[in-house]
Amino acid sequence: MSETGTEKSEAGLAKWYELFSRGARDWLRHDEKVRESVREHLPQIIAGGEVISESARTVRVPVRMLEHYHFRLRRQGESQGAGQGKVKPGDVLADASPDRGAREKGQGGEDQGEIQLLLEIKIDDIVDWLWEEMQLPNLVARTGPSEETDWTREGWDRRGARSRLDRRRSVKELVKRKGSHGGPASFIDEDLRYRQLARRRQPAVHAVVFFMLDVSGSMSDRDRKLAKTFFFWVVQGLRREYRSIETLFVAHTTEAWEFSEPEFFQVTGSGGTVASTGLNKVREIVDARYNPARHNIYLFYASDGDNSVGDHAEAHTALLDISRKTCYSGYVEVASGLSRQLATETGRLFGEIAAEGLAAGSYVVNDFDDVWGAVRHFFTGEQKALEAGP
Amino acid sequence: MSAGEDWQSYVRGLEELAGRSGLSFDRVEFEAVPDSFMMEIAVYGLPVRMPHWSFGVRYIYQLIQRHMGHSRVFEVVFPGNPGHAYLASSNGLAENILVTAHVLGHADFSRNNLLFRRCQEQVSEHIVEHAASHARQIQQAIESYGMQRVEAVLDAALALEQHIDVDQRLRRERYPEYLPDTKALVDDEFRRRFAALDPAAAAGAFDVRKRAPIPPHPERDLLWFIATYSPEMESWERDIFLAVREESFYFYPVFATQIMNEGWASYWHARLLREADFVPQQAYLDAIKCHSDVVRPIAAGQQVALAVNPYHLGFSMWEKIIEKEGLESAREIMKQDDDFSFLRNHLTRELADELGLFRFSARHDGQVKVLDNDLPMLQDTLLAPKYNFGAPSVSAAHVRTDGTLELEHDHTTDGRGLDLERSRKVLEYVQRVWRRPVVLRTIDQNGSTLELSAS
Repeated sequence: MSETGTEKSEAGLAKWYELFSRGARDWLRHDEKVRESVREHLPQIIAGGEVISESARTVRVPVRMLEHYHFRLRRQGESQGAGQGKVKPGDVLADASPDRGAREKGQGGEDQGEIQLLLEIKIDDIVDWLWEEMQLPNLVARTGPSEETDWTREGWDRRGARSRLDRRRSVKELVKRKGSHGGPASFIDEDLRYRQLARRRQPAVHAVVFFMLDVSGSMSDRDRKLAKTFFFWVVQGLRREYRSIETLFVAHTTEAWEFSEPEFFQVTGSGGTVASTGLNKVREIVDARYNPARHNIYLFYASDGDNSVGDHAEAHTALLDISRKTCYSGYVEVASGLSRQLATETGRLFGEIAAEGLAAGSYVVNDFDDVWGAVRHFFTGEQKALEAGP
Repeated sequence: MSAGEDWQSYVRGLEELAGRSGLSFDRVEFEAVPDSFMMEIAVYGLPVRMPHWSFGVRYIYQLIQRHMGHSRVFEVVFPGNPGHAYLASSNGLAENILVTAHVLGHADFSRNNLLFRRCQEQVSEHIVEHAASHARQIQQAIESYGMQRVEAVLDAALALEQHIDVDQRLRRERYPEYLPDTKALVDDEFRRRFAALDPAAAAGAFDVRKRAPIPPHPERDLLWFIATYSPEMESWERDIFLAVREESFYFYPVFATQIMNEGWASYWHARLLREADFVPQQAYLDAIKCHSDVVRPIAAGQQVALAVNPYHLGFSMWEKIIEKEGLESAREIMKQDDDFSFLRNHLTRELADELGLFRFSARHDGQVKVLDNDLPMLQDTLLAPKYNFGAPSVSAAHVRTDGTLELEHDHTTDGRGLDLERSRKVLEYVQRVWRRPVVLRTIDQNGSTLELSAS
């Protein structure tokens, strides 16, 4: 028997046994279960700062293999075993290593040793899970000239483009004309029916969302990352949820700039904090390009809250003006480590606006775990009932 | 498959030689299978077995091991009549000749060892077919009741797979419903006269039977107890528990005689090969090389091993026994013993020294220190992982009137308490099928009693 012949029959044999392959199938089931549990712990996972990258559409999550639990005795500090070799009582066969004890304590690992898996999850899937019940607050359907128009089918006509010929309908006409007469039937022009289209105005839910970030010197790298993580998931979610949505990105220190999305997620800065510059920038853009009557406008602002005290009046005026035009203005206070609970300059600013009955709200993000809470806070229906403006 | 055909032609010769050497075994069907299938048999323990995600985890570990070249499975043999032996098709000729002789040693062992015989009488000689039919039954359950529900049952049943009682029969009767009448009435004059007055009344008057508590004694066979006495399990769920239990009855003797059994098979493959003059010289040399790899006590290039290779230990013990006491008494020992009695009775001081066996302690921080080579302690250390099917002694103690299942951990036997985190998870598994609260008593680090519960 030739070499190749042998290989071929071996491959065939392996295929035959593949039919009985349970290992692979049970492994897939394990994988599925891991994904289910990952999904349950999504908030902690999306928090991973590494997530934000425009190019990769997946997130890598390190997970441990699931353990099927059995009754076991408690682990002891010292265990005994039997070995083989030429040794004397008292010989030390392995030395203590300080880091080892600490590591094992933390993991409570199994005998088999730890194998970590890197689970790749599509960002779209995560967004699907996250945004299952999320929606933009106070979204109103607005009609106006800039609303979406769409062609819809509407009735039939005897004239029309060939491509819109409705065969079914035409056959019906043919049968109607010929009745139950037998014999070969052929279409005449009279029988043909064409679908007609009509231009329809659709009530549009046109939304414009401003993302404004404080990049002043007081914002630490971690603060910025927290804010950007929040923005990232909001942008992903909104894009997926709404067909037409415009996103605008503004960053400020003592000055303000409008950025493109990729630039925005890269931006760093230094210097003082004058929130009014950013707010004025947003106001300027709104006035120049959008009409509150036709657009649902939103503002989400992330900052550590340390606005310069002298700016209060000016910032207040700007925010008040913007909030009259927006459906909702949200403030995310990123205060890693500190928990000042909005007792900051900027926190007060948004508090005042909400007190005046405008749709505004705040949320504190101290940690990556809070990012999910923030997304929930701003984008679930409950929040709307609590904080909705007039 | 040129190598395979060559090997097949030696099977008959080896069988005849084994027969002449006093081995007695049922027919074994040999089958060469691809490595991938071989690996699955090793993972599942049976060629076709019920699906469960935990096997998937073992499968991946095995796959990684194989890729790192750590483990290679030459053969797996299933006792029965006929027995089934699976050989890796990647084995060379010499390996296959060796493995065939090895399998015949196992076949002799499983047919003659009492523990094997007893369990096989219960399970029947067709475990391979039974396991396949369990797999099918569970597949059907998945189709009827959905993956989630079947998985919940398997999570619990497989978590308790070691908790059986092989001293009881596989098909067990329920407990007697009433307590035996301890104060049996004496058949005296008064009673006879009383009965003569009104037989019906007399029967009632002396009928003071008391209902037996359930269980009447701590029950170790948790799989059976839950399947039999769970207040709300459905019959297909009970069937799954009993299917897992049957497979455990099959696995127990394999587990409890591993040192003896592997040693016996290794002794015979070495001896048969030595005596098989029909095996070509080169194949013989290759096979002997392979033999010494299998029974090697210490990894190449190392001085000390922190584990004892059961093949090597068993092989050395059988060599010594046969050398000193002859083949006849060795066969008697093979029939009567399991690893516990085998090690206690036949691991001698002399042999332990010859093999260089020692006890060590391993601390959490990684320090490993040689303790001693005290023989009774050594025997105990070798046997410690084998007690009670390798599981802590947990038994069903009581079912409360509200249906709560009370489990009790016998910490005095085990010497310490249970791992609480894992135990809690197991309770959760069990609670899902028991459907009433489940509690478990054990002790904590300080030795005080602790009750875990899941409801």
